[in-house]
Amino acid sequence: MVLDHQRGALDAIRSVLTVVVYPIRLAVDLPFRVADWTIESLTTRVALLDENRTLKREQLENRVRLQRLAAVEAENARLRTLLDSSAQLPDRVRIVGILAVDLDPNRQQIVIDKGTRDGVYDGQALVDAFGVVGQTVNTGPLDAEAILITDSDHALPVQVLRNGTRTIAFGTGLPKELSLPFLPNNADILEGDLLVTSGLGGRFPAGYPVGYPVATITKIERSQEQPYANVRAEPAAALERVREVLLIWPDTESLSAEDGDEP
Amino acid sequence: MTSPRRKGWTAALSLVVALALTIVPLPAATEPFRPDFAALVLLYWALYWPQRVGLGVAFVVGLVLDTLKGAVLGQHALALCIIMYIAMRFHLRIRVFPLGQQMLTILMLLVVHQFVLFWIDGVVGTGEVSLYRWGTVLTGTLMWPIATRVLRRLRLAS
Repeated sequence: MVLDHQRGALDAIRSVLTVVVYPIRLAVDLPFRVADWTIESLTTRVALLDENRTLKREQLENRVRLQRLAAVEAENARLRTLLDSSAQLPDRVRIVGILAVDLDPNRQQIVIDKGTRDGVYDGQALVDAFGVVGQTVNTGPLDAEAILITDSDHALPVQVLRNGTRTIAFGTGLPKELSLPFLPNNADILEGDLLVTSGLGGRFPAGYPVGYPVATITKIERSQEQPYANVRAEPAAALERVREVLLIWPDTESLSAEDGDEP
Repeated sequence: MTSPRRKGWTAALSLVVALALTIVPLPAATEPFRPDFAALVLLYWALYWPQRVGLGVAFVVGLVLDTLKGAVLGQHALALCIIMYIAMRFHLRIRVFPLGQQMLTILMLLVVHQFVLFWIDGVVGTGEVSLYRWGTVLTGTLMWPIATRVLRRLRLAS
């Protein structure tokens, strides 16, 4: 146990064991997959047409937004060349599924259905449509475990979008709460502020032109006796409802050294 | 009627099912109250077939459980080995206990099991301290009569 915890000396054994337990995980996941498939194939034509229509409308809106983004991107690249800093390349992403299995109830973890065989590595960032989900730990050949940003072991360097204040967001172990313990009482922070990744830890890419959204501030308590304010935030990602997440392969040049976040 | 080989398969199958049950998704509210199926099934076989299902099996099941749950390797293996040793040491006595007394014994064993897990979590620094941890001990004890009934039928049929 000491070996595994402190040096990761047993990683080889663990990755063999993950292959052994993979069939069990798949078997548990299978009924949920079948249920999903059945619901999908039993959907009526009217419902499908309706969904199709809304999706088309959404796509149109997103296209318009993308056009504007392209202009902003070009402008940003031009400004960066003016400032002589390296331009940021877009990250490579891939959609992966989440196996419907429960891990330790005292921790916030998920299992994704891709492993080292598909190029997944330890410490890789996961996002969904709304924001950062977590990062991978214990990557096996066929699947990988990931801890969510709300796990009590997880710390994530963030930045307030409004004014660029940098701090660190810790998981609390509760599914809908992050804690920001290092903000002084006089820090410029308001309820409803959006937190984005700052990219400082080297694990989570800073994104383009600003970081991936992480959370919104929900509660600030300033007390005279404490040097730091008690700040809580709610994760932007739908952590409890996700069935699919995006794995990010960041452009390595724009990242700083590989230190930083605690896994 | 009972051949050791078929009985071996029954035991292995019951353990795999127990492992699968420990990771079946439950609603978040009921999750802390999931009984520790693997420990219950192991304890049953330790009481009624200690010649074959012993510390070795408990250790392997523990390692698989560690991997399944993403815990530190050896955490569940150690906890299971400890309670399996106690159960096997006293298996002849526990076997003839009336049901209520048997449940009390199981409750005690599950408390020891959960305490070892809790202690290792504390040393490693994962997880959080909450009373919910002990929910699984209670539900596990309440599951015991059902588990023994099902497993007895399987054991006698094989």
